[in-house]
Amino acid sequence: MIEVERLTKHYGPVTAIRDVSFAVAPGEIVGFLGPNGAGKSTTMRILSCFMPASSGTAKVAGFDVFRDSMAVRQRIGYLPENVPLYSEMRVASYLDFVAEVKGVGRTLRRSRVADVMERCRIDDVQHRLIGKLSKGYRQRVGLAQAIVNDPAVLILDEPTIGLDPQQITEIRALIKSLAGDHTVILSTHILPEVSMVCSGVIIINRGSIVAQGAIDRLVEDFFPTARVHVQVAAPPAAVREGLGKIPGVVGVHEDPASDGLASYVVESARGRDVRGEIFQLAAQQGWQLRELRRAGMTLEEVFIRIVAGEETAAEPAIVEAES
Amino acid sequence: MKIWPIFKKEMRLYFTSPVAWVIITMFLFIAGYFFYSIFAFYTLASMQSAMNPQMARELNVTDSVLRPLFSNVSVILLLLMPLITMRLFAEERRSGTIELLLTFPVRDGAVLIGKYLAALTLYAIMLALTLLYPGIVLYFARVEWGPLLTGYLGLLLMGATFLAVGIFASSVTENQIVAAITTFGTLLILWVVGWSAEYVGGPWGRVLSHLSILEHFDTFARGVLDTKDVIFYLDVTLVALFLTLRSLETRRWKG
Repeated sequence: MIEVERLTKHYGPVTAIRDVSFAVAPGEIVGFLGPNGAGKSTTMRILSCFMPASSGTAKVAGFDVFRDSMAVRQRIGYLPENVPLYSEMRVASYLDFVAEVKGVGRTLRRSRVADVMERCRIDDVQHRLIGKLSKGYRQRVGLAQAIVNDPAVLILDEPTIGLDPQQITEIRALIKSLAGDHTVILSTHILPEVSMVCSGVIIINRGSIVAQGAIDRLVEDFFPTARVHVQVAAPPAAVREGLGKIPGVVGVHEDPASDGLASYVVESARGRDVRGEIFQLAAQQGWQLRELRRAGMTLEEVFIRIVAGEETAAEPAIVEAES
Repeated sequence: MKIWPIFKKEMRLYFTSPVAWVIITMFLFIAGYFFYSIFAFYTLASMQSAMNPQMARELNVTDSVLRPLFSNVSVILLLLMPLITMRLFAEERRSGTIELLLTFPVRDGAVLIGKYLAALTLYAIMLALTLLYPGIVLYFARVEWGPLLTGYLGLLLMGATFLAVGIFASSVTENQIVAAITTFGTLLILWVVGWSAEYVGGPWGRVLSHLSILEHFDTFARGVLDTKDVIFYLDVTLVALFLTLRSLETRRWKG
């Protein structure tokens, strides 16, 4: 549904994104993840036909965003980052305006507008001025204008930023309910959000894509081994030797000590749980076992690894440039 | 072309905010004051001329009431028109709504025309309301319809030109005040440029006097309908609108 190939955008001498390529299948919800300033908004602005790329191509719903801009615009709903709305308009008449501009026919318009207001739960404020609404309501009005023409593709730039936890849950549920009929690409820098809402993820850092794919696959790729955290009060050398002898264990690393007790990360083949053996070992040796838990191999860790890894790799270059 | 929804939206924004109301009120108030003082002076003059037949021969409503009224109104327009157009693009840029507007399935041209027509309609409403003043004259004296019509046509064309210059200024900045001042400055220069035509003389003098907005309006106020003047206003309007369209496109490229 969305195909992006070698997309590059320069703002004067600054390169916002470089050689970005990815694809999103129909009906999928994909999270576009990256630290602030990584190029998320730039990519979304190109996809939504707000501005052209410097080079590369992007296709949305089969149409080129540059050459068939009108065809693309008819098929997308876009929510920009800071939710720009006309503060002097009333909610219902604003949505009616958007529906009309997006080509929803006069007869259908009233029911479409009423429908999206109900779905986004803004029907109780429909006669209020948008400028007088709270942040949460504004966000929902923004989402409502994006879906008012029932577009095939939704491009949402940070849809939950600045909301309270209750509202975040609601918006997420709303976005999730759009999957299947709509293809959604949403950007965020909140990691749990991606695991909660999206099926796939694209990680971007410093203008380039560093990882993409289904979330489970990505985690597996990055962490080929299962890991267990062990904290035990015992002589470190003996612990390391004992843990290393457990069948299936491929590595034991010492974590920086906390509370004066050494902790270890035990890596084993994926799918093999070594916690039982560790417990028995500790019991046999009379070690005091303080903690024994599986390390969560989450998207968060993948992300931190990727982004942090890039940063350390890039550091020497910066130092050189300064000296 | 989806001009209509854009037009409706702009009209709604004009009238839900106090902008349109304040501009219309101030315009009618100032124009009304000018009308009153001109008319009062005319009454005084006609009373004096009752004793002086020589003077009475030169006195007529068109020259003594309508013509000065039209040129006074055109000065008010110079001040008020920039205020009508300043928000059209500048505010959309400042608040970021332009990002949504330009990703809706509407061409830039339709957005521009919708906005321009909304400004023009607001202006036409203002102008139509001033028809009250010639209406009052009609009650007391005979009015020549020709000069009245050309006068209003001239005001309409001149206002349309002002609005086009204003919308261009609004499209190049995100600050409404900058847009208004730029418009006012440009219009004022186009207004007074004819004054120096006399001293410059020669072909340049003719160019300068041709560029003068004021000079082209004067023929309308005198009751003369000259295609040269009509074309001048239409020309400037189209050039300004074309430049606006280009500025919208350029801004898109620069991001």
